[in-house]
Amino acid sequence: MSLATATPRRVRGARIPRHHWRTTLRVVVLSLILLPICLAWIYPFVWMVSASLKSNKEIFAGLNPFPSVVRLDNYVRAWTQANMGRYFFNTVFITVFSTVISVGSTALIGYVLGRYRFPGKKVVIGLFAAAIFLPEGYTIIPVFDMITMLGLSGSLWGVTLAEAGGAHVVATLLFAGYFGQLPGELEEAARIDGAGFWRIFANVYLPLAKPVIATAIILQVMHSWNSFLLPLVLTLSRPELRTLAVGVYSFRGEYLNDWAGMAAASTITLLPIIIVFLFLQRYFVESIAGALKN
Amino acid sequence: MLPAAVLSALFTFYPMVMSWWYSLLDWTGFTERGDFIGLDNYWRLVQDQQFWAAFGRSIAFVLVGTPVRVVLALVIAILLNNQLLKLAPVFRTFFFIPVITTAAVVGVVMSFMLGSYQGPVNQLLMMAHILPEPVKFLSDPNTALWSVLGVHVWKGTGHTMIYWLAALQTVPTTYLEAAKVDGAGPLRIARHITWPILLPFAVVIIILTAQSDLHTFALVQAMTEGGPYFSTQVIEVYIYQTAFAAGSSESGNAGVPQLGYASAAGCFFGTVTLVIALAQAWAIRKVNAVRGQLREAGDS
Repeated sequence: MSLATATPRRVRGARIPRHHWRTTLRVVVLSLILLPICLAWIYPFVWMVSASLKSNKEIFAGLNPFPSVVRLDNYVRAWTQANMGRYFFNTVFITVFSTVISVGSTALIGYVLGRYRFPGKKVVIGLFAAAIFLPEGYTIIPVFDMITMLGLSGSLWGVTLAEAGGAHVVATLLFAGYFGQLPGELEEAARIDGAGFWRIFANVYLPLAKPVIATAIILQVMHSWNSFLLPLVLTLSRPELRTLAVGVYSFRGEYLNDWAGMAAASTITLLPIIIVFLFLQRYFVESIAGALKN
Repeated sequence: MLPAAVLSALFTFYPMVMSWWYSLLDWTGFTERGDFIGLDNYWRLVQDQQFWAAFGRSIAFVLVGTPVRVVLALVIAILLNNQLLKLAPVFRTFFFIPVITTAAVVGVVMSFMLGSYQGPVNQLLMMAHILPEPVKFLSDPNTALWSVLGVHVWKGTGHTMIYWLAALQTVPTTYLEAAKVDGAGPLRIARHITWPILLPFAVVIIILTAQSDLHTFALVQAMTEGGPYFSTQVIEVYIYQTAFAAGSSESGNAGVPQLGYASAAGCFFGTVTLVIALAQAWAIRKVNAVRGQLREAGDS
């Protein structure tokens, strides 16, 4: 399908009231083409869930996605023997606290950058903008070294802080842009009423920034839950601090032939984020589209 | 304010600066401090064929992955932007699900799916008699990089699609209506209305996609760990394995972490991505300037 033939379809779609039968037919055909493509698109996840409910023998035996007997023992094995239960707790801990820390601090920094004039402001914003594109591979060594020096390498707080610190650049710039375009009269009025910096920030401006807060939360949750390099490096010598992503990765190294257990462990990792996504889909999509517009 | 500033200073700006300092050290382990050796790491890097091979693979990801993702995502976005397509939100969800999932876990699952022994993809191809024998998607050094790239494209196309959908929605339907009333055909509408509006977005979308094609550590490490025979060792995997000696026998540097040397590779890579980002800023400014001129010309 070429661009030129596909574009006018939207044009025709824009003229809603008169439904030509040919337009309808075209939409039906399009749906019938897209549906199998979509199913194939998420087939890996279907396979994963189905394999997690089968025995290892059954996985090798065929492609029928429906298991003959639904087995949950794979989940029990993954949860206890492969420590997924512990990793699940670790991941929730890191995700929740890194999100709280990161959203709080990005809102503050964004507020100051957006609303105050100070020397070197442009340089700071430029540095933030540049930092968006820095690869994790570039900063991982100093981050690891610093966590060790802070004496946090033995606790979940080390990973939590690193996650909170690493991903917040986009959110900071979003907050700065958003606070910057809010009217300054709000601040003046509040100041006349005797409100200080904190009151003005927390009671006047922050409640106005709800859409950006939602975006910042979603970006950080996705980042923390899915992060791999950082927790991998920070838990190299501390298996008890692993997150789910690192846990599944090392699961494969330890139990190479346990496909069913691997599938169960993977499902434990992916299902929560997929469910959260399905419920908050609109916000996810807007967060990512919003990142484009800025 | 202070704690927030400290956090961003510690985790954003301190690493930016310290990486450069580390890259000047001969530094093997976290237990000891390194010795200052000037630019020796960089001289070594320039002559390191394994590094350049890894760098080349990352560039291949960008040069092949970016156009495929951008075009494929545009086609999907145009189809889903059809307002009569009632199922469009459902389809959009399907395409987007791989984007939000954990790359490392997807990598592990895919390494099983693409396995040459009883992997479901091979089973399917054999059952349909498309193939006489299983394809060694990941165990053959000649195909592994393309298999990994394919999975990366699959995982990331939904992301690019969302960008395109956001861009397409900025095209005002009134323009299109007016053009139709004036008797413009589909081609002329695409050429003179849709395309000029999409152009600045296209530049941003291409750069953002290219950036994400450089950052494939989790997926690659989980799928192949850079193997077989380094054939999928992209630059981030190279840095990780060099720094932490985590490549086992596979990467040939087992046992000795090389933090200083890996930092040099990281700094080089960071500079390259930054140059791409600056090119983006420049391109956007350029495109906006062109648009501004067009608008002025249209108004006068």
